Amino acid sequence: MASQKRGKTLRTAASTPAIETRELRKQFGSKVAVRKLTLTVPSGSIFGFLGPNGAGKSTSIKMLLGLVKPTSGEGTVLGAPAGDVATRRRIGYLPEHFQFYKWLTPAELLRLHGDLCGMEGALLKEKIPEMLELVALSRHRDKRVGEFSKGMLQRIGLAQALIHDPDLIFLDEPTSGLDPMGRKLVRDIIRAQRDRGATVVLNSHLLGEVEITCDNVSFLKDGEIVATHDIKTLAAEEVRVTVHARNFNRAAGAKLSSVCTSVRVEGENITLTAKSPNELPEIYRLFAASGADVYSFVPEKLSLEDVFVRLMGEDRGL
Amino acid sequence: MGWWVITKVTFREAARKKILWTAMLTGVGFLALFALALHFQIGDFDARGTAPFVRYQILDAMLMVGLYVVDLLAVIMAILTAVDTISGEITSGTIHAIATKPIPRWQIFLGKWLGFAAMTAAFVALTFGGTILVSYAMGHVAPEHPWEGGWLVLLECLLALTVTFFFGTRFSTLTNGVLVLGLHGLAFMGGWLEQMSGFTESAKLVMTGIIVSLLMPSEAIWRRAAFDMQSPLAAALPFSPFASTSIPSNLMIGYGALYLLIALFAALFSFYLRDL
Repeated sequence: MASQKRGKTLRTAASTPAIETRELRKQFGSKVAVRKLTLTVPSGSIFGFLGPNGAGKSTSIKMLLGLVKPTSGEGTVLGAPAGDVATRRRIGYLPEHFQFYKWLTPAELLRLHGDLCGMEGALLKEKIPEMLELVALSRHRDKRVGEFSKGMLQRIGLAQALIHDPDLIFLDEPTSGLDPMGRKLVRDIIRAQRDRGATVVLNSHLLGEVEITCDNVSFLKDGEIVATHDIKTLAAEEVRVTVHARNFNRAAGAKLSSVCTSVRVEGENITLTAKSPNELPEIYRLFAASGADVYSFVPEKLSLEDVFVRLMGEDRGL
Repeated sequence: MGWWVITKVTFREAARKKILWTAMLTGVGFLALFALALHFQIGDFDARGTAPFVRYQILDAMLMVGLYVVDLLAVIMAILTAVDTISGEITSGTIHAIATKPIPRWQIFLGKWLGFAAMTAAFVALTFGGTILVSYAMGHVAPEHPWEGGWLVLLECLLALTVTFFFGTRFSTLTNGVLVLGLHGLAFMGGWLEQMSGFTESAKLVMTGIIVSLLMPSEAIWRRAAFDMQSPLAAALPFSPFASTSIPSNLMIGYGALYLLIALFAALFSFYLRDL
């Protein structure tokens, strides 16, 4: 019954992107936080927003929410200009540094956020215990939020973001303070939100979490999108192959570059990245034709972390 | 109405964090001290058989001192209780979950301002009204125009509160506190300069006092309140916090009210414009 009620709140046609931005830019004095954000987030998907510290992820989300005013560019959220007050009724947000009124109990905090979203008292009365149950905080309903652990704060933060059944949910590092059980709970909640038709934008450094939760990911570097991937097709994209071979001649290595994006030779160990899994037979043939003695040939799918590290380059210590 | 939700939560925050009760307790403590002082003084009058005229004038002067302390206390309370409300929530990030809800920023600001304004009014009502009631009940002495005086003290407190809110939209809590208390101190100094000018007949001092009052008219509002409330004998004293050597005009009071409104709109605008 509750899910039916939630389903009714979704008002965005699936064909309309939940978020669309064009060259959104934010500059604080001489510091450019977001250089040129051009992004499309499809409705009803779980979208991962990835990038190293200082890449401009949180500032981008804040621009979309109206917390920060863009220096230039334009963006629409659920079909309305970014920051539109009325549209915020359809948006939920869990901030990265979640700080709430610590003197409230979790039920009072949810009532406050429900009130601010314009929810009716009767509906709130029904929703508050439901949300506390959802984030497994029912046992702690009489405690003050100030007594909560980081993980509990994240749970109540998630509940306040979801209490009004939003169509679009921004979650900034939603699992950073959670134990494995808590992470699984949040993953399940995120998927349930997607299943009811909501769009979830997930900003997280936990790439493993992102990989198993998101449908699409965009990588942000120096305030600019540098790549966008469909997680399902990531497996059909590049493949890393680790080969142990003797008598591998360098001339054969040159031929490999036509089917590989990188080849690294360290003695008898050769690590290469195939452009796609379809190239694997050809690579093997090239090894055989070169007269090399191949002891092992191990292809493995590139993880999101591999893609991330390759795109972002060296650690800048931010 | 978003602003009403914020006003309620501001009030509840003050109550839960014991800010409201501590302020009220301080007010009650002051009233108890004032009553004790009156009790001792009246006891001395009775023992010495002091003439009713002298007795009345001294008790009236004590009442004015009491109201002067109430004014200082109320202004400081208005500043200290509100100094962290905007800047603190911006610094901690608490504002993020609130400002992304479907209410305009002006409603968040106004809701908070109304909450603190109501608490300030409650504090003024308790301490100002209490001082007059204690004085009347024990010594049968009341100020000349208590309502005018009360409204002017409240205006002064709201002005200080609004300036605190304004700086809170741009500066950290500590900087905000230093700025507002500094401005109020400046106004206090300006008030004394004007009084001294009345005594020394220095036109330059008058001008300096007026300029300072234009910069921050809080003290000028108190001096007008004191003038309205004092007895004719107290008014004759040339050099006191209630002296009438340089009486702020109706125009200055109007300027004070306008100053408050402009500060309120400037703060609203500043909060609307800033990145959170």
